[in-house]
Amino acid sequence: MEISGKGLACERGGRLVFTGLGFSATGGRMLVLRGPNGAGKTSLLRLIAGVAEPAAGALSFTGAGEDGEIAPHVHFVAHQDAIKLHLTVEENLAFWAGFLGGGDIGTALDALNLRALRSFQAQRLSAGQKRRLGLARLALAPRPVWLLDEPTVGLDTHSQGLLASLMTAHLEAGNILIASTHIDLPVPSTDVLDFAGVTS
Amino acid sequence: MTSAFMSILKRDLTLAFRQGGGIGTAIGFFLTVVVLLPLGLGPDQNLLSRIAPGALWIALLLSVLLSADKLWQADYDDGSLEVMALSDTPLEVTALAKASVHWLTSGLPLAIAAPLLGFLLNLDTALVLPLMTAMVTGSLALSLLASLGAAITVGLRQGGLLVSLLILPLYVPVMIFGVLSTSGFQTSIDNSGTSLLILAAIVLVALVVSPFASAAALRSYLR
Repeated sequence: MEISGKGLACERGGRLVFTGLGFSATGGRMLVLRGPNGAGKTSLLRLIAGVAEPAAGALSFTGAGEDGEIAPHVHFVAHQDAIKLHLTVEENLAFWAGFLGGGDIGTALDALNLRALRSFQAQRLSAGQKRRLGLARLALAPRPVWLLDEPTVGLDTHSQGLLASLMTAHLEAGNILIASTHIDLPVPSTDVLDFAGVTS
Repeated sequence: MTSAFMSILKRDLTLAFRQGGGIGTAIGFFLTVVVLLPLGLGPDQNLLSRIAPGALWIALLLSVLLSADKLWQADYDDGSLEVMALSDTPLEVTALAKASVHWLTSGLPLAIAAPLLGFLLNLDTALVLPLMTAMVTGSLALSLLASLGAAITVGLRQGGLLVSLLILPLYVPVMIFGVLSTSGFQTSIDNSGTSLLILAAIVLVALVVSPFASAAALRSYLR
Protein backbone atom coordinates (compact mmCIF):
# COMPACT_ATOMS: atom_id res chain seq x y z
CA MET A 1 0.00 0.00 0.00
CA GLU A 2 1.38 3.36 -0.93
CA ILE A 3 0.39 6.98 -1.28
CA SER A 4 2.71 9.22 -3.22
CA GLY A 5 2.64 12.69 -4.65
CA LYS A 6 4.74 14.36 -7.31
CA GLY A 7 5.21 18.06 -8.04
CA LEU A 8 2.30 19.01 -5.82
CA ALA A 9 1.29 22.63 -5.52
CA CYS A 10 -1.36 23.95 -3.21
CA GLU A 11 -3.19 27.22 -3.34
CA ARG A 12 -5.33 28.55 -0.52
CA GLY A 13 -7.17 31.82 -0.70
CA GLY A 14 -5.16 32.93 -3.72
CA ARG A 15 -1.86 32.32 -1.94
CA LEU A 16 0.54 29.63 -3.07
CA VAL A 17 1.24 27.56 0.03
CA PHE A 18 3.80 25.23 -1.50
CA THR A 19 5.00 24.10 -4.92
CA GLY A 20 6.99 21.17 -6.23
CA LEU A 21 6.29 18.97 -3.23
CA GLY A 22 6.96 15.27 -3.55
CA PHE A 23 6.43 12.60 -0.93
CA SER A 24 5.78 8.94 -0.54
CA ALA A 25 4.13 7.12 2.33
CA THR A 26 4.27 3.34 2.42
CA GLY A 27 2.36 0.92 4.57
CA GLY A 28 3.99 0.21 7.90
CA ARG A 29 5.99 3.42 8.11
CA MET A 30 4.76 6.64 9.62
CA LEU A 31 5.31 9.80 7.62
CA VAL A 32 5.71 12.80 9.88
CA LEU A 33 5.07 16.23 8.43
CA ARG A 34 7.20 18.81 10.05
CA GLY A 35 7.53 22.53 9.51
CA PRO A 36 6.67 25.96 10.82
CA ASN A 37 3.07 27.19 11.18
CA GLY A 38 1.54 28.02 7.83
CA ALA A 39 3.99 25.85 5.90
CA GLY A 40 1.13 23.81 4.45
CA LYS A 41 1.02 20.67 6.59
CA THR A 42 -2.74 20.80 7.00
CA SER A 43 -3.15 21.73 3.34
CA LEU A 44 -1.18 18.66 2.28
CA LEU A 45 -3.30 16.40 4.49
CA ARG A 46 -6.44 17.90 2.94
CA LEU A 47 -5.04 17.25 -0.53
CA ILE A 48 -4.28 13.64 0.32
CA ALA A 49 -7.73 13.10 1.86
CA GLY A 50 -9.27 14.44 -1.32
CA VAL A 51 -11.05 17.22 0.52
CA ALA A 52 -9.13 19.75 -1.55
CA GLU A 53 -7.62 19.50 -5.01
CA PRO A 54 -3.99 20.27 -5.87
CA ALA A 55 -3.28 23.30 -8.07
CA ALA A 56 -0.62 21.25 -9.84
CA GLY A 57 0.92 17.79 -9.60
CA ALA A 58 -0.60 14.40 -9.07
CA LEU A 59 -1.40 12.05 -6.20
CA SER A 60 -1.51 8.32 -6.52
CA PHE A 61 -2.96 5.78 -4.15
CA THR A 62 -2.30 2.10 -4.62
CA GLY A 63 -3.37 -0.76 -2.43
CA ALA A 64 -6.63 -0.68 -0.57
CA GLY A 65 -9.32 0.20 -3.07
CA GLU A 66 -9.69 -1.07 -6.61
CA ASP A 67 -11.40 2.15 -7.60
CA GLY A 68 -8.51 4.44 -6.66
CA GLU A 69 -10.91 6.50 -4.55
CA ILE A 70 -9.15 7.37 -1.34
CA ALA A 71 -11.90 9.08 0.65
CA PRO A 72 -13.74 5.94 1.90
CA HIS A 73 -10.47 4.46 3.19
CA VAL A 74 -9.37 7.47 5.19
CA HIS A 75 -9.61 8.55 8.79
CA PHE A 76 -8.90 12.26 8.71
CA VAL A 77 -8.61 13.78 12.16
CA ALA A 78 -8.45 17.52 11.72
CA HIS A 79 -8.30 20.30 14.30
CA GLN A 80 -12.01 19.98 14.98
CA ASP A 81 -13.00 16.92 16.94
CA ALA A 82 -16.30 16.23 15.14
CA ILE A 83 -18.14 15.54 18.38
CA LYS A 84 -21.55 16.73 19.58
CA LEU A 85 -21.36 18.51 22.90
CA HIS A 86 -24.87 17.55 23.97
CA LEU A 87 -24.36 13.84 23.44
CA THR A 88 -22.60 11.61 25.91
CA VAL A 89 -19.21 10.12 25.09
CA GLU A 90 -20.86 6.79 24.40
CA GLU A 91 -23.57 8.30 22.19
CA ASN A 92 -20.96 10.16 20.18
CA LEU A 93 -19.09 6.94 19.54
CA ALA A 94 -22.30 5.03 18.83
CA PHE A 95 -23.17 7.57 16.16
CA TRP A 96 -19.83 7.30 14.40
CA ALA A 97 -19.89 3.53 14.71
CA GLY A 98 -23.26 3.47 13.00
CA PHE A 99 -22.33 6.05 10.39
CA LEU A 100 -18.90 4.72 9.51
CA GLY A 101 -20.10 1.13 9.48
CA GLY A 102 -19.51 -1.17 12.39
CA GLY A 103 -16.90 -0.92 15.07
CA ASP A 104 -16.88 -1.88 18.71
CA ILE A 105 -17.54 1.01 21.06
CA GLY A 106 -15.98 -0.82 24.01
CA THR A 107 -12.66 -1.18 22.19
CA ALA A 108 -12.67 2.50 21.29
CA LEU A 109 -13.49 3.51 24.86
CA ASP A 110 -10.61 1.44 26.20
CA ALA A 111 -8.15 2.48 23.49
CA LEU A 112 -8.23 6.08 24.67
CA ASN A 113 -9.13 5.50 28.30
CA LEU A 114 -12.62 6.96 28.03
CA ARG A 115 -14.55 4.23 29.81
CA ALA A 116 -14.90 6.18 33.04
CA LEU A 117 -16.25 9.17 31.12
CA ARG A 118 -18.65 7.34 28.86
CA SER A 119 -21.91 8.59 30.38
CA PHE A 120 -20.79 12.22 30.58
CA GLN A 121 -22.03 14.72 28.04
CA ALA A 122 -19.17 15.87 25.87
CA GLN A 123 -19.67 19.49 26.93
CA ARG A 124 -18.41 18.56 30.40
CA LEU A 125 -15.13 17.18 29.10
CA SER A 126 -11.88 19.09 29.18
CA ALA A 127 -10.15 20.03 25.94
CA GLY A 128 -7.80 17.07 26.16
CA GLN A 129 -10.64 14.66 26.90
CA LYS A 130 -12.58 16.01 23.90
CA ARG A 131 -9.52 15.44 21.79
CA ARG A 132 -9.36 11.85 23.00
CA LEU A 133 -13.01 11.38 22.11
CA GLY A 134 -12.26 12.76 18.64
CA LEU A 135 -9.33 10.37 18.28
CA ALA A 136 -11.39 7.39 19.50
CA ARG A 137 -12.92 7.36 16.01
CA LEU A 138 -9.61 5.86 14.84
CA ALA A 139 -10.14 2.77 16.98
CA LEU A 140 -13.81 2.54 16.06
CA ALA A 141 -13.86 1.71 12.37
CA PRO A 142 -10.86 0.15 10.65
CA ARG A 143 -9.48 2.30 7.85
CA PRO A 144 -6.15 1.62 6.11
CA VAL A 145 -5.16 5.28 5.85
CA TRP A 146 -4.87 7.61 8.83
CA LEU A 147 -4.27 11.29 8.26
CA LEU A 148 -3.76 13.06 11.57
CA ASP A 149 -3.40 16.79 11.89
CA GLU A 150 -1.54 17.59 15.11
CA PRO A 151 -3.21 14.73 17.00
CA THR A 152 -1.31 15.39 20.21
CA VAL A 153 -2.63 18.90 20.84
CA GLY A 154 -4.12 19.02 24.33
CA LEU A 155 -3.10 15.48 25.25
CA ASP A 156 -1.21 14.70 28.43
CA THR A 157 1.80 12.35 28.44
CA HIS A 158 -0.26 9.28 29.33
CA SER A 159 -2.76 9.94 26.53
CA GLN A 160 0.06 10.54 24.08
CA GLY A 161 1.31 7.08 25.01
CA LEU A 162 -2.16 5.61 24.33
CA LEU A 163 -2.22 7.34 20.95
CA ALA A 164 1.28 6.11 20.15
CA SER A 165 0.36 2.51 20.88
CA LEU A 166 -2.77 2.89 18.74
CA MET A 167 -0.59 4.24 15.93
CA THR A 168 1.98 1.47 16.34
CA ALA A 169 -0.70 -1.21 16.11
CA HIS A 170 -2.04 0.48 12.99
CA LEU A 171 1.40 0.51 11.38
CA GLU A 172 2.18 -3.07 12.33
CA ALA A 173 -0.85 -4.13 10.32
CA GLY A 174 0.87 -2.60 7.29
CA ASN A 175 -1.32 0.48 7.10
CA ILE A 176 -0.53 4.03 6.11
CA LEU A 177 -0.13 6.81 8.66
CA ILE A 178 0.64 10.42 7.88
CA ALA A 179 0.69 12.84 10.78
CA SER A 180 1.75 16.39 11.33
CA THR A 181 3.19 16.83 14.76
CA HIS A 182 5.63 19.01 16.64
CA ILE A 183 6.58 16.43 19.24
CA ASP A 184 8.29 13.08 18.85
CA LEU A 185 5.92 10.21 19.39
CA PRO A 186 7.42 6.86 20.38
CA VAL A 187 6.43 5.20 17.12
CA PRO A 188 8.93 2.95 15.33
CA SER A 189 9.97 3.36 11.70
CA THR A 190 9.33 6.99 11.00
CA ASP A 191 10.02 9.04 7.90
CA VAL A 192 10.07 12.80 8.07
CA LEU A 193 8.90 15.23 5.42
CA ASP A 194 10.34 18.58 6.33
CA PHE A 195 8.42 21.55 4.98
CA ALA A 196 11.27 23.97 5.69
CA GLY A 197 12.86 23.01 2.36
CA VAL A 198 9.78 23.10 0.15
CA THR A 199 8.03 26.30 1.08
CA SER A 200 8.24 29.14 -1.35
CA MET B 1 -26.03 3.10 3.95
CA THR B 2 -29.30 2.50 5.78
CA SER B 3 -27.44 2.35 9.07
CA ALA B 4 -25.75 5.67 8.28
CA PHE B 5 -29.16 7.19 7.52
CA MET B 6 -30.64 5.84 10.74
CA SER B 7 -27.59 6.95 12.74
CA ILE B 8 -28.06 10.55 11.64
CA LEU B 9 -31.77 10.37 12.35
CA LYS B 10 -31.17 9.01 15.84
CA ARG B 11 -28.38 11.42 16.67
CA ASP B 12 -30.14 14.55 15.46
CA LEU B 13 -33.46 13.66 17.06
CA THR B 14 -31.64 13.05 20.36
CA LEU B 15 -29.90 16.40 19.99
CA ALA B 16 -33.16 18.14 19.08
CA PHE B 17 -34.94 16.83 22.15
CA ARG B 18 -31.99 17.41 24.46
CA GLN B 19 -31.27 20.93 23.32
CA GLY B 20 -34.92 21.73 22.83
CA GLY B 21 -34.05 24.77 20.75
CA GLY B 22 -35.25 23.79 17.29
CA ILE B 23 -38.69 22.37 18.02
CA GLY B 24 -39.43 24.85 20.79
CA THR B 25 -38.55 27.89 18.67
CA ALA B 26 -40.61 26.71 15.71
CA ILE B 27 -43.72 25.91 17.73
CA GLY B 28 -43.33 29.02 19.87
CA PHE B 29 -43.11 31.22 16.80
CA PHE B 30 -46.06 29.47 15.18
CA LEU B 31 -48.10 29.95 18.33
CA THR B 32 -47.13 33.62 18.60
CA VAL B 33 -48.22 34.44 15.05
CA VAL B 34 -51.52 32.60 15.40
CA VAL B 35 -52.31 34.16 18.77
CA LEU B 36 -51.42 37.67 17.66
CA LEU B 37 -53.39 37.58 14.42
CA PRO B 38 -56.92 37.72 15.87
CA LEU B 39 -55.77 40.35 18.36
CA GLY B 40 -54.49 42.48 15.50
CA LEU B 41 -57.42 41.95 13.17
CA GLY B 42 -60.23 42.32 15.65
CA PRO B 43 -62.96 39.88 16.64
CA ASP B 44 -64.65 39.53 13.25
CA GLN B 45 -65.47 35.81 13.22
CA ASN B 46 -66.27 35.67 9.52
CA LEU B 47 -63.09 37.46 8.51
CA LEU B 48 -60.97 35.16 10.70
CA SER B 49 -62.66 32.07 9.36
CA ARG B 50 -62.00 33.25 5.80
CA ILE B 51 -58.32 33.94 6.29
CA ALA B 52 -57.58 31.04 8.67
CA PRO B 53 -56.09 28.53 6.16
CA GLY B 54 -53.90 31.16 4.54
CA ALA B 55 -52.78 32.56 7.88
CA LEU B 56 -51.88 29.11 9.18
CA TRP B 57 -49.90 28.38 6.03
CA ILE B 58 -47.99 31.66 6.30
CA ALA B 59 -47.24 30.91 9.95
CA LEU B 60 -46.03 27.41 9.06
CA LEU B 61 -43.81 28.72 6.29
CA LEU B 62 -42.20 31.38 8.45
CA SER B 63 -41.66 28.94 11.34
CA VAL B 64 -39.93 26.46 9.05
CA LEU B 65 -37.86 29.25 7.54
CA LEU B 66 -36.78 30.30 11.03
CA SER B 67 -34.88 27.06 11.63
CA ALA B 68 -33.81 26.54 8.01
CA ASP B 69 -30.44 28.30 8.08
CA LYS B 70 -29.22 26.25 11.06
CA LEU B 71 -29.78 22.93 9.31
CA TRP B 72 -26.12 22.32 8.37
CA GLN B 73 -24.41 24.85 10.62
CA ALA B 74 -23.53 22.67 13.62
CA ASP B 75 -22.13 19.82 11.53
CA TYR B 76 -20.09 22.25 9.47
CA ASP B 77 -18.70 24.07 12.51
CA ASP B 78 -17.66 21.05 14.57
CA GLY B 79 -16.05 19.16 11.68
CA SER B 80 -18.63 16.38 11.53
CA LEU B 81 -19.54 17.30 7.98
CA GLU B 82 -15.97 16.77 6.81
CA VAL B 83 -15.86 13.32 8.39
CA MET B 84 -19.24 12.50 6.86
CA ALA B 85 -18.01 13.62 3.44
CA LEU B 86 -14.94 11.35 3.79
CA SER B 87 -16.90 8.14 4.16
CA ASP B 88 -18.44 5.63 1.82
CA THR B 89 -21.87 7.00 2.64
CA PRO B 90 -22.75 9.35 -0.20
CA LEU B 91 -23.27 12.92 0.91
CA GLU B 92 -26.65 12.77 -0.85
CA VAL B 93 -27.86 10.19 1.69
CA THR B 94 -26.60 12.40 4.50
CA ALA B 95 -28.47 15.34 2.98
CA LEU B 96 -31.69 13.34 2.77
CA ALA B 97 -31.29 12.28 6.41
CA LYS B 98 -30.71 15.85 7.56
CA ALA B 99 -33.77 17.08 5.64
CA SER B 100 -35.83 14.26 7.20
CA VAL B 101 -34.76 15.31 10.67
CA HIS B 102 -35.66 18.91 9.89
CA TRP B 103 -39.11 17.79 8.78
CA LEU B 104 -39.62 15.61 11.85
CA THR B 105 -38.64 18.45 14.17
CA SER B 106 -40.34 21.39 12.46
CA GLY B 107 -42.78 20.64 9.64
CA LEU B 108 -44.47 17.58 11.12
CA PRO B 109 -45.12 18.88 14.67
CA LEU B 110 -46.36 22.17 13.24
CA ALA B 111 -48.68 20.41 10.80
CA ILE B 112 -50.13 18.43 13.69
CA ALA B 113 -50.46 21.52 15.90
CA ALA B 114 -52.01 23.66 13.15
CA PRO B 115 -55.61 22.40 13.38
CA LEU B 116 -55.60 22.91 17.15
CA LEU B 117 -54.32 26.44 16.79
CA GLY B 118 -56.79 26.86 13.95
CA PHE B 119 -59.57 27.13 16.52
CA LEU B 120 -58.06 30.44 17.61
CA LEU B 121 -58.71 31.64 14.07
CA ASN B 122 -62.20 30.17 13.91
CA LEU B 123 -61.08 27.60 11.34
CA ASP B 124 -63.97 25.78 9.70
CA THR B 125 -64.00 22.27 11.21
CA ALA B 126 -64.59 20.77 7.76
CA LEU B 127 -61.16 22.10 6.78
CA VAL B 128 -59.22 20.47 9.63
CA LEU B 129 -58.45 17.23 7.81
CA PRO B 130 -57.62 18.80 4.41
CA LEU B 131 -55.40 21.33 6.18
CA MET B 132 -53.47 18.66 8.05
CA THR B 133 -53.04 16.51 4.95
CA ALA B 134 -51.81 19.44 2.91
CA MET B 135 -49.46 20.65 5.64
CA VAL B 136 -47.90 17.25 6.31
CA THR B 137 -47.29 16.87 2.57
CA GLY B 138 -46.24 20.42 1.85
CA SER B 139 -43.88 20.72 4.80
CA LEU B 140 -41.85 17.84 3.35
CA ALA B 141 -41.04 20.06 0.39
CA LEU B 142 -40.33 22.97 2.74
CA SER B 143 -37.73 20.94 4.67
CA LEU B 144 -36.10 19.57 1.53
CA LEU B 145 -35.79 23.08 0.10
CA ALA B 146 -34.52 24.35 3.46
CA SER B 147 -31.71 21.79 3.28
CA LEU B 148 -30.74 23.15 -0.12
CA GLY B 149 -30.77 26.77 0.96
CA ALA B 150 -28.83 26.02 4.13
CA ALA B 151 -26.24 23.99 2.22
CA ILE B 152 -25.64 26.84 -0.23
CA THR B 153 -24.99 29.32 2.58
CA VAL B 154 -23.35 27.11 5.23
CA GLY B 155 -19.86 28.58 4.92
CA LEU B 156 -21.07 32.16 5.09
CA ARG B 157 -21.30 34.01 8.35
CA GLN B 158 -24.70 35.64 8.78
CA GLY B 159 -26.11 33.60 5.92
CA GLY B 160 -29.60 33.75 7.42
CA LEU B 161 -30.89 36.54 5.22
CA LEU B 162 -29.48 34.90 2.13
CA VAL B 163 -31.20 31.61 2.95
CA SER B 164 -34.53 33.39 3.16
CA LEU B 165 -33.97 35.17 -0.12
CA LEU B 166 -32.86 31.99 -1.84
CA ILE B 167 -35.64 29.69 -0.79
CA LEU B 168 -38.57 32.06 -0.44
CA PRO B 169 -39.31 31.97 -4.20
CA LEU B 170 -39.25 28.17 -4.02
CA TYR B 171 -41.67 28.23 -1.09
CA VAL B 172 -44.26 30.28 -3.00
CA PRO B 173 -45.66 27.41 -5.12
CA VAL B 174 -45.79 25.18 -2.04
CA MET B 175 -47.87 27.76 -0.24
CA ILE B 176 -50.17 28.53 -3.17
CA PHE B 177 -51.06 24.89 -3.77
CA GLY B 178 -51.12 24.20 -0.06
CA VAL B 179 -53.75 26.86 0.54
CA LEU B 180 -55.66 25.85 -2.61
CA SER B 181 -55.83 22.23 -1.52
CA THR B 182 -56.97 23.25 1.95
CA SER B 183 -59.78 25.63 1.11
CA GLY B 184 -59.85 26.07 -2.64
CA PHE B 185 -59.96 29.74 -1.59
CA GLN B 186 -63.58 28.89 -0.90
CA THR B 187 -64.50 29.51 -4.52
CA SER B 188 -67.36 27.83 -6.34
CA ILE B 189 -65.06 25.44 -8.22
CA ASP B 190 -63.55 22.80 -5.97
CA ASN B 191 -60.04 22.11 -7.17
CA SER B 192 -58.58 21.00 -3.85
CA GLY B 193 -57.93 17.43 -5.02
CA THR B 194 -55.92 18.59 -8.02
CA SER B 195 -54.01 21.03 -5.86
CA LEU B 196 -53.06 18.31 -3.40
CA LEU B 197 -51.72 16.22 -6.28
CA ILE B 198 -49.67 19.16 -7.57
CA LEU B 199 -48.38 19.69 -4.02
CA ALA B 200 -47.35 16.02 -3.91
CA ALA B 201 -45.62 16.46 -7.27
CA ILE B 202 -43.64 19.41 -5.89
CA VAL B 203 -42.58 17.21 -2.96
CA LEU B 204 -41.41 14.49 -5.34
CA VAL B 205 -39.38 16.92 -7.43
CA ALA B 206 -37.81 18.37 -4.28
CA LEU B 207 -37.09 14.84 -3.04
CA VAL B 208 -35.08 14.12 -6.17
CA VAL B 209 -33.35 17.46 -6.63
CA SER B 210 -32.63 18.62 -3.08
CA PRO B 211 -30.27 15.85 -1.85
CA PHE B 212 -28.12 16.07 -4.96
CA ALA B 213 -28.05 19.86 -5.03
CA SER B 214 -27.37 20.07 -1.28
CA ALA B 215 -24.52 17.57 -1.53
CA ALA B 216 -22.99 19.45 -4.47
CA ALA B 217 -23.17 22.74 -2.57
CA LEU B 218 -21.61 21.20 0.54
CA ARG B 219 -18.76 19.66 -1.45
CA SER B 220 -17.89 23.03 -2.91
CA TYR B 221 -17.53 24.44 0.62
CA LEU B 222 -15.35 21.61 1.87
CA ARG B 223 -12.80 22.11 -0.90
